Amino acid sequence: MGMLDGKVALVTGGTRGIGRAVAERGAAEGARVVIGSRDPERGAETVGAIQAAGGEASFIQTDVSDSGQVEALVAGTVAAYGRLDLALNGAGIEGERRLLHEVTTEDWESVMALNLRGAFACMRLQIRHMLGQGAGSIVNLSSTNGLIGTPLFASYTASKHGLIGLTRAAALEYSGQGIRINAVCPGGVDTPMFQRLYGPPGTDARGAATAAHPAGRIARPEEVAGAVVFLWSDRASYVTGSCLTIDGGLTAT
Amino acid sequence: MDEGKTGREFSGKVALVTGASAGIGRAAALRFARGGAAVVCSDIEEVGGRETAELASDIGSDSCFIRADVSVESDVAGLIRAMVERYGRIDIAFNNAGIGLFDTMVDEHTEEQYDRLMAVNSTGVFLCMKYEAPAMLRGSGGCIVNTASMAGLVGARGLSVYAATKHAVVGMTKAAALEYGRRGIRVNCVAPGLIDTEINRPFWDAHPELYEEWKSLPPLGRYGTAEEVAEAVAWLCTDDAAFVHGHAMSVDAGMVAK
Repeated sequence: MGMLDGKVALVTGGTRGIGRAVAERGAAEGARVVIGSRDPERGAETVGAIQAAGGEASFIQTDVSDSGQVEALVAGTVAAYGRLDLALNGAGIEGERRLLHEVTTEDWESVMALNLRGAFACMRLQIRHMLGQGAGSIVNLSSTNGLIGTPLFASYTASKHGLIGLTRAAALEYSGQGIRINAVCPGGVDTPMFQRLYGPPGTDARGAATAAHPAGRIARPEEVAGAVVFLWSDRASYVTGSCLTIDGGLTAT
Repeated sequence: MDEGKTGREFSGKVALVTGASAGIGRAAALRFARGGAAVVCSDIEEVGGRETAELASDIGSDSCFIRADVSVESDVAGLIRAMVERYGRIDIAFNNAGIGLFDTMVDEHTEEQYDRLMAVNSTGVFLCMKYEAPAMLRGSGGCIVNTASMAGLVGARGLSVYAATKHAVVGMTKAAALEYGRRGIRVNCVAPGLIDTEINRPFWDAHPELYEEWKSLPPLGRYGTAEEVAEAVAWLCTDDAAFVHGHAMSVDAGMVAK
């Protein structure tokens, strides 16, 4: 028996990294999972992997920076499974590595469109549906960059701070209507994004980024998924408006 | 691997819970017991503490009561020594013993009240960690959870000294996390909001109108239960939280989001 039996979960950014781990763990806990992401090939592969493990999942190609596609994603989820109980708004990009005065407006806008506006668009429709059901649990994928700054990634840092603000305000707005809304703030996680930022295992930059974590390592994506599943579940019935940090002590300094 | 709510995720583990005679401490002790842990229930208050240990035993836990005043170093040293003697190890420590003093302005506190609050809430957590950490390092590491409070993260009217003791717990938790992170001990704290437990009962009995009034303060529109906090404490001690370290986990219905 899983923690999420009978639930329907929507995961954006669900074909790689943290989003993928959440989709897989959510399905393993008994949820029927809809994955929204831009890449249909990886989407099919992820769905196949979940089904091979005995879970139920489907894929809807979605660019969350396009409101029309977000509408189709939420409508498609409800059409497929009849309800929407859980959501991870996990689609995100880091943007270009640049000092602020050299960041292009296009880059700023693409980061904000996906990371913040995309999550907003998803939440708006998820909440509309959950209000009808009288229940729901939403988790937004922020970052330790939602709590502290990282040089050369001002846009990303701003978008992840913004996501925490969105989470807190929304949590207060819907706390009386059975909808819990929380954020998770991972530090370094072994994902394609971390590899793009710091290089493959063995490089100096990656070693330094890893050593910055007091735990002496970075996380596996599955360790973030464990937190998301907890926040989704009834075990977290008194937790809303919170930022759960999963960072091996990075922001405790 | 965390086997979920109905699993035995603490099978083979030895857990210590201080402040186990009632409230969050009792709920956590029983939660660890249901998860399969051997649970040492400690408290300054013997009747409730023994009762919790009996309830844990009824669930099937190899449980016992050891009396300790966490503000007294020799008591804490003796507690950890006795625990290691009996069980051979300590895997999980929930440093939860605490006292409250509500609705008291700064200028209304006596020095004695200040000293007692600090002694139990802050010094108590310090002493527990001081003796737990070496015992865990001699074993295969461990997991420490301290009880802070939403008043460890933000201020609250009439709670100045209590808030100071709980801010201290949050600070100590984070520093200890940095110190022991690479040595196999995870250290976190929970920051509960308004929970309907025995610690608040004398105050609320004296002020029934505030009990009704404060009910509407948590954004979820109700007080939390001890079991809801215990669920978060238990989760922090599972493998699912293996990278959660130095964190103050809010279980407050959104109180600090306001």
